[in-house]
Amino acid sequence: MKPAPLDILAPTSVAHALSLLVEHGDQARLIAGGQSLMPILAMRLAAPAILIDLNGIGALRGIHAQADGSVIIGALSRHRDLERSDLVAERLPLIAAAMPWVAHVQIRNRGTIGGSLAHADPAAELPALCLALGATLELHSPRGARHVAAADFFQGVFATERADDEMITAVHLPAASPGQRWAFIELARRHGDFALCGIALTADCSPIGQVLGARIVVFGVSDCAQRLPQLEAAIVGTTPTPTSIDQAMPALDQVEARSDHHASSEYRLELLATLARRALRQAFGFDERIAP
Amino acid sequence: MNPTREITLRVNGNTVRAVCETRITLLDFLRDQAGLTGTHAGCEHGVCGACTVQLDGESVRSCLLFAAQVSTGEITTVEGLAPAGSLTDLQRAFRRHHALQCGFCTPGMLMTADALLRESPNPDEAAVRAALSGNLCRCTGYQPIIEAVLDCAESRAEATLRADQRHAPTTSGGAA
Ligand SMILES: Cc1cc2nc3c(=O)[nH]c(=O)nc-3n(C[C@H](O)[C@H](O)[C@H](O)COP(=O)(O)OP(=O)(O)OC[C@H]3O[C@@H](n4cnc5c(N)ncnc54)[C@H](O)[C@@H]3O)c2cc1C
Ligand code: FES
Ligand code: FES
Repeated sequence: MKPAPLDILAPTSVAHALSLLVEHGDQARLIAGGQSLMPILAMRLAAPAILIDLNGIGALRGIHAQADGSVIIGALSRHRDLERSDLVAERLPLIAAAMPWVAHVQIRNRGTIGGSLAHADPAAELPALCLALGATLELHSPRGARHVAAADFFQGVFATERADDEMITAVHLPAASPGQRWAFIELARRHGDFALCGIALTADCSPIGQVLGARIVVFGVSDCAQRLPQLEAAIVGTTPTPTSIDQAMPALDQVEARSDHHASSEYRLELLATLARRALRQAFGFDERIAP
Repeated sequence: MNPTREITLRVNGNTVRAVCETRITLLDFLRDQAGLTGTHAGCEHGVCGACTVQLDGESVRSCLLFAAQVSTGEITTVEGLAPAGSLTDLQRAFRRHHALQCGFCTPGMLMTADALLRESPNPDEAAVRAALSGNLCRCTGYQPIIEAVLDCAESRAEATLRADQRHAPTTSGGAA
């Protein structure tokens, strides 16, 4: 359980990190919190000759309020930064509610939002949160910068739209509509473990409570976090009641749930149905939210 | 071929300097270079918590950091909790509650709980359980560990209360 021999380079600017990435190509990997990459190195699933350590790039860490109500989170912001941030609690309550469910405290003290999104674990919370909140990722390479919607970024198990010479520098989270409803719920065998199944959702509502639009995201069951368009369609246009939520459940999308040594696909689909219903009940105030 | 470098770390208030391979984790540096074997090597890939130390007062897994990455921080290991030969109140609570048997997990438990109590001095049981969820113990069944942490928090709260009462200004007293 020891990483193979390697060297560590410590750039202090994004431009320098990007030039190192180009210079060393296949030989190099970026390292942020190291909370996913270190286990990979320890188990020798990867053996890069060079690590480009982003921790010295102070400009990448920070949570910034924008005048239009949106929030920009630097890629090197740690999970704990999000968990403790008053700004996140005020403007992004969905993220604030979800962070205590991400791994254990020792891991949240180091792990970063950019690392989690780049790693794209099928059961990770942050990709699902970004989908539910309509986030955009900012990517930089020596070729320039581009913005990619979270909806286009996640492509499969540990697979993303990021090119080899690109790094994530920030995540843009749009302002919530007034009175936006949200819910976060997940089930793991032990607190802090990766979820067997989880739901993150937001719903925009009219002043009288009619649902104008919804993003209902499931994670942990298939290759990557994904929206449930049929369930969303069954909720949009309604003014949810406990009965109407129950009536919407048959619309639950046919997702391909994976089987592994943690849970069978049948069990995951059971969880999906139960958690989706509970999440909707919480979002519309029919159930108490569950503390982590 | 095999990159090495001189690494200088601040550990328990001392400076430790060694030339070693760049791939050395903080865990191996502490044990093999600094001779601080109180920090235990369990899984070496982030799941057991035995290697937990504090970096600038926050609990971190020393197997998931390279020593070369933390040259600007202050590291505290279990040896740094109390002066040699003495125990902190948290350690004494562990002893009172039989919160250890083989002791393998104990340094990680202590470093995690110490950081927890600094950040939230009055945690409820659920908060203690959540904070310790990343530390595995194969002996105690966890309950005595949780009781020790809660007991330590309570004792500290009582001590603070007594100190406040002793120093509370009396109605006849002059300026504080
Ligand atoms: C025991 C354990 C339990 C965990 N449980 C959970 C959990 O329940 N939920 C969860 O979501 N996560 C969990 N994690 C993972 C944790 O959240 C990681 O912090 C996260 O997945 C990766 O973030 P990092 O900053 O540590 O990235 P690193 O490990 O440093 O990097 C991960 C990958 O991303 C790349 N990368 C890093 N930063 C960037 C960037 N800015 N741009 C482009 N590429 C980049 C790296 O090259 C690497 O390929 C767990 C980890 C452990 C060890
Ligand atoms: S040895 Fe570090 S978590 Fe197990
Ligand atoms: S006391 Fe033996 S592992 Fe915890």
